[in-house]
Amino acid sequence: MTDVRHATPVGVTEGYRRISPKVTRDGDIALIDATGVYYEQLNAAVRGAIADGATTVRIEGVNGQRYIGAGIRAPGVRIEAYGTAGNDSAMFADGAEIHVFGNAQDGIGNTMSSGRVVVHGDAGDVLGYGMRGGRILVKGDVGYRVGIHMKAFEKDVPVVVCGGKARDFFGEYMAGGVLVLLGMETQFPEQPLVGGFVGTGMHGGVIYLRGAVEAWQCGGEVGVSTATAEDLASLRPHVEEWAGAFDADADEILAGPFTRLAPMSHRPYGKLYASL
Amino acid sequence: MQQTYVQPEFRVKIDYDKCHKCGRCVQQCGWGVYDFNERPLPHDEKCRACHRCVTYCPAHCITIEKNTLAFRDNDNWSADARKAVWRQADTGGVLLTSMGNPRPYERIFDKLVLDACQVTNPSIDPLREPMELRTFLGRKPDSVAVEMDGKGGYRLAEGAGMKNNVELAVPLIFGPMSYGSVSLNVHRSLALAAERLGILMNTGEGGLHEDLYPYQDNVIVQVASGRFGVTPELLQRGAAIEIKIGQGAKPGIGGHLPGEKVDREVSATRMIPQGSDAISPAPHHDIYSIEDLRQLIFALKEASGYKTVGVKIAAVHNVAAIASGIVRAGADYIYLDGFRGGTGAAPAVVRDHIGIPVEIAIAAVDQRLRDEGIRNQASIIAAGSIRSSADMAKAIALGADVVAIGTAALLSLGCHLCQSCHTGNCSWGITTQKPELTRRIDPEWGAARLTNLVNAWSHELQEILGALGVNAVESLRGSRERLRAIGLGEQTCRILGVKPAGM
Repeated sequence: MTDVRHATPVGVTEGYRRISPKVTRDGDIALIDATGVYYEQLNAAVRGAIADGATTVRIEGVNGQRYIGAGIRAPGVRIEAYGTAGNDSAMFADGAEIHVFGNAQDGIGNTMSSGRVVVHGDAGDVLGYGMRGGRILVKGDVGYRVGIHMKAFEKDVPVVVCGGKARDFFGEYMAGGVLVLLGMETQFPEQPLVGGFVGTGMHGGVIYLRGAVEAWQCGGEVGVSTATAEDLASLRPHVEEWAGAFDADADEILAGPFTRLAPMSHRPYGKLYASL
Repeated sequence: MQQTYVQPEFRVKIDYDKCHKCGRCVQQCGWGVYDFNERPLPHDEKCRACHRCVTYCPAHCITIEKNTLAFRDNDNWSADARKAVWRQADTGGVLLTSMGNPRPYERIFDKLVLDACQVTNPSIDPLREPMELRTFLGRKPDSVAVEMDGKGGYRLAEGAGMKNNVELAVPLIFGPMSYGSVSLNVHRSLALAAERLGILMNTGEGGLHEDLYPYQDNVIVQVASGRFGVTPELLQRGAAIEIKIGQGAKPGIGGHLPGEKVDREVSATRMIPQGSDAISPAPHHDIYSIEDLRQLIFALKEASGYKTVGVKIAAVHNVAAIASGIVRAGADYIYLDGFRGGTGAAPAVVRDHIGIPVEIAIAAVDQRLRDEGIRNQASIIAAGSIRSSADMAKAIALGADVVAIGTAALLSLGCHLCQSCHTGNCSWGITTQKPELTRRIDPEWGAARLTNLVNAWSHELQEILGALGVNAVESLRGSRERLRAIGLGEQTCRILGVKPAGM
């Protein structure tokens, strides 16, 4: 009898086959051929390779499989996905270095704890939602609701740097961390740098935008200012890291101008209520 | 400051002839009701009628009375309605309150009665005969297949059994209450009791404090829209994982722990800065559809080694259709929270006017899942509010697998339902983070009281099952034929699948 978990109509394989992928080892590198393989078997193979001591897991033929590197607690391990990484890849990631050589779909780095995600392409919606540590670098454009409810605690300060443009709700409800949008590597040169509702409900952290933003684009809870030399100094290491990952010139990027968005209160709704 | 028109709700009366002048009332009160000048002097307007001072007064000389100030009679404009307008005119604020909906809506549990055996099909004496209360939380197989065991017998075929179900010694668990809304000593009490009782407690959305790691096999960890404290470690520790979509006390709105309650330990567990508001947005920003919910359910399974993943929703109008979607999304259980369910803080307008009774929700969901042939795919947990073993038995007969208690658990720890959790001043040390108050609950003492409560209800449930002539709680599940309604309308009876008494 087949696995009962999938014996119902919802468990169809969504165009993938439930077969274990071919895994080959080359020293510390595990090579996985993901072509047509369902995410469950693919991710089991990734976890298996790490358990077997691989320090680099190279996945080829990735075509929308979900959850690549999700929930993996593996500092020092590098996961490389060639192709299009599916939804919620690097979700709950905790320590690994995850590279996507291609574009990534929605929910990348969702609720991520630590480690680093590098997308050598564009990424979709909800990038870095609820992220509380680690870094995400995206070369190109990103979608809607990016960096929503990022948070920080003591030394865990998440950083997201996007090289292209973003849509609405960038940094909504943001509670901590650093969210950067450069607007340089974009497929949409005619579009505004960012959509509306930037930082709505923001109560922690900081957003840097390379360029200007209109008042109507921002949430009522954020203060908008031109980045000072001091701000740029704190931004520099993040920009340098992005430039290093994508062969760009950090100084040229930092020549700016940058807009800084920060919350006006860490308790935006403190006065909303009356006790009964 | 301008005078408020809202007069004190209570009168604190002290019999000074009996009073020892010891000042214990001053020390016990978390609301600052008492000044002391040779004798205690109460400020009535601060009293919440929580009875902490009354309970600990060595002279028994304090009593709390209602302030029976007369208003001109008006059935339409109750005193409460008038006061609410005055308060809002004073402050411009959303009126915030706590605990469950106290309004006089019909209480369906109180209009349902259980059956018993008489003459034929004799009842069972649970004191002398085995009476099984054990149940399992999680997905059950679609069919049962057996195979030869090679020794001339049969066994369940590989993969045909129950995978990743959580065993419960009693069909009752502690409902989610976050660390932050309640104190760590409350969480410790619940965890300790859950372990001793063979049941589960639920972290709520505030993460799992490391002091509770030893009890992780008896803990449901929750993932809510704020994702507080959600790490792979948390997911790997819990016995099961729950996605919180909604709460019966405040369907459709998010959570909001005020900065005053975010002290160092709460901030470390939630992984947010101290003193900052912990805001859970109303929706999960990665869930806008049943397909998205499925994506999160399987993300949690991938990250946890395929543990039981449940989904908690508030009981609302289309609950049956929503539940069907949740089950098809792959949830292993659905937690239905009725509109009487408690909360640590909710706008009064939401608590009192949104959502439907859990009794209706259980029956509607159970029937819908049966009609669609998917009832086996998920357990149903019912809550909001289960006040007694009778409510528990009735909820199970309506179709629930398990019930959850929150308010009843807090009552056993001293809560007097003063509905002031949101203030963070709980004199009983339950819904506060002030160290001088939280130390009033000793986890061992708390666990003993919780254990007593659940054991008492378990014995009562066994008595009920015995009277019904069944010897396992699973025989009662969805057995609506064993219920009758007294004084419920025809339409309600039809939805509940229950006949009126006499039929």
